[in-house]
Amino acid sequence: MPSHPIRGGDRIFRAAAMAAATIALFLVLGIAYTLLEGSYPSVGRFGLGFILGTEWDPAIKMAFGALPLIWGTLVTSAIALLLGVPVSLGVGLLLSEFAPRRSRFPLSLLVELLAAVPSVVYGLWGIFILAPTLRDFVYPALQAALGFLPSFSGSYSGLGVLTAGIILAIMIVPTVSAVSREVFSAVPNSQREAFFAIGATRWEVARHVFSYARSGVIGAVTLGLGRALGETMAVTMVIGNRFEIPSSLFQPGYTMAALIASEFNEATDPLYVSSIVEVGLLLFAITLSVSIVARLLVRRSMKLFREVGNE
Amino acid sequence: MKDILLKRRVKGRIYIALCYGALAVALVPLLSILLVTTSKALPVIDSQFVTQLPAPVGSPGGGIANAIQGTAIVVGVASLIGIPVGVLSGIYLSEYGGKLADLVRFLNEVLTGFPSIVVGLFVWGTIVMTLHHFAAIAGSIALSILMIPVVSRTTEESLKLVPKDLREAALALGIPKWRTTLSIVLSSGRNGVITGSILAVSRVAGETAPMLLTSLSSSFWFSSLDQPVATLPITIYYYAISPFVDLQNKAWGAAFLLMAFLLATSVSVRVISGRRVTA
Repeated sequence: MPSHPIRGGDRIFRAAAMAAATIALFLVLGIAYTLLEGSYPSVGRFGLGFILGTEWDPAIKMAFGALPLIWGTLVTSAIALLLGVPVSLGVGLLLSEFAPRRSRFPLSLLVELLAAVPSVVYGLWGIFILAPTLRDFVYPALQAALGFLPSFSGSYSGLGVLTAGIILAIMIVPTVSAVSREVFSAVPNSQREAFFAIGATRWEVARHVFSYARSGVIGAVTLGLGRALGETMAVTMVIGNRFEIPSSLFQPGYTMAALIASEFNEATDPLYVSSIVEVGLLLFAITLSVSIVARLLVRRSMKLFREVGNE
Repeated sequence: MKDILLKRRVKGRIYIALCYGALAVALVPLLSILLVTTSKALPVIDSQFVTQLPAPVGSPGGGIANAIQGTAIVVGVASLIGIPVGVLSGIYLSEYGGKLADLVRFLNEVLTGFPSIVVGLFVWGTIVMTLHHFAAIAGSIALSILMIPVVSRTTEESLKLVPKDLREAALALGIPKWRTTLSIVLSSGRNGVITGSILAVSRVAGETAPMLLTSLSSSFWFSSLDQPVATLPITIYYYAISPFVDLQNKAWGAAFLLMAFLLATSVSVRVISGRRVTA
């Protein structure tokens, strides 16, 4: 190697870029630490009982348990997946397999616009348009058909667990359909050609593409789940914010994110604040594991396709 | 034999029609939101609405000008922090690489997956607790945290598209790597970097949840970065859940202004760059 004057500028620039990149590491660790530290009093006081407790009394007993919040978060997300995933996968297949090539870009642009609408505007629309529409037209029919089930019994105001699930379903559609479209498009063309060659119809080819991209599809759905679990404003505005495990999906409920958003600024007692932070810690842990699983699945299937595609 | 083929064809047609149905179902809410917001906002928006402070509840008139101003400032400061850091981080990922870069890429994805309210709790626990009160700067920091991973990823992607020859040609001329990166690579990839930055801005400008825990709200003009400030998303939230019809109507006006900004930026950026960018 010929001797080179040490390039001071290079060293400084590299260090600056590295520092900027490392911020991501500090942020993830910092978030985890802040939440752990903030929830320490509550963890020490209630222990595991916090997760299993069903009482939230910041006024008299100072007793805090998060089970109804966990229930509400899981049930609204499950409704969102149940309703949103079939629609999203249909859109994903359409945009990658069936729609005329020229219309794919404008159509996917339209779907992506759904993601550009802020959560608080979904909430505003949910309160004044979606909830009254569901109350007047959809829920009566639903109750007439399924009213014998406890989940669809009782009276309804339009604001409740089911409405929150429906608005979440709408909000996860752009995420799930964009990622699944990407995964479908990444399936090597040789797979399609082989199926066409043995006389498969367009739908049969698409079905094969779908099953070939399975793990990527699961990843896309998991990403949607992550969004639904952490979604805050729209849910806060339509779920009714009542701390209980309702017997019917028509009734109001609460989610972890909704509780943080709506009670944080009222909390003055340190134990109350700490309990809310612990709710945040639970939400953090759940969404962290969900998003890691999702990314690994999407990444694995994309990598698989690239290897096959290069053969 | 013919029957079976026909059956398969028909079945296929039905399923493809169902996929078109799914697209229609997905777009109904979007159309409804756009139409309702526009029709409810038009009677509300006038020159008073965009130039005046909120009037006391019950008295007529008043506007949300302080929220427009506040959003511009909070998002502006967030961009001043988030964009340079994100671009530098993207440069590291694309130009240096290595084990650390793999880890950072993964952490960026993890950060993008966090609920924004969790980021709000973090900034509350660190900044707001230190200052002992809500402040505009805390809101900016929360938004910049949400921006960094997005800017970092889009920067990396667009710099990777710059041909290797350009870098090698510059280095062969004896230009140091940092100058090559800034003047050759970054300037060749600048369209992608700008696209990513604008998308990041439009992604965070509508954020509400973290603002509840950081910059909160105010009925007055912006005074200093150290004080709470009104923003459009928070204004929409408070007005929407208020019992006053006048305020509820104003929520639609504020929603219209916010959406007009967000949709205009994200559509134009996508159309100009001519490709799909998921932020």
